[in-house]
Amino acid sequence: MLLGRVIGTVVPALLVDELAGTPMLWIQPLDCEGQPEGDPLVCADGTRMAGPGQMIYWVASREAALTLDPSFVPIDDAIVGLVDEVRLYALEDST
Amino acid sequence: MILGRIIGSVVSTIHHPVVEGRKLLVAERLDSTGRPTGGYIIAIDAIGAGQGETVLILDEGNGARQILDDTDAPVRSIVVGVVDAVDLETS
Repeated sequence: MLLGRVIGTVVPALLVDELAGTPMLWIQPLDCEGQPEGDPLVCADGTRMAGPGQMIYWVASREAALTLDPSFVPIDDAIVGLVDEVRLYALEDST
Repeated sequence: MILGRIIGSVVSTIHHPVVEGRKLLVAERLDSTGRPTGGYIIAIDAIGAGQGETVLILDEGNGARQILDDTDAPVRSIVVGVVDAVDLETS
């Protein structure tokens, strides 16, 4: 799993039946210090609670297809949870 | 499996049920000489690994689901061992 930040929402006009009603969000992948890293991508939101600005962690490929209920739907990136805080030990030690 | 070093943890209250009661660790990826590669991974802790420890991370979904005993767990990365030493044959 990797960190990301929600930077927008995607409103599909038409979706396959398995994905009907699933929130689709633009995600900017982040490095472990919260800095943007790589290109944005669209994630299905398995938690259904993420919104713009929220830091999340997401998973790709087969595991993404297992995040929704019912599971095993045709998606390749999905949000697994919302991040309250990333605690980096080295940063805590230096402050 | 890959080598990593535990550099932090992720606090999350809203998440997929599989994360409930489990610890999410931030691990930096290491190369065979123990140096960070620059990448990181968020993995579920299966053994109680702690700060600064070098660990073995299983980065494959079916194995992770087997360890979690949950065939529907959306988890690919799981910490499965703590490494004491890495010996490299030098020629």
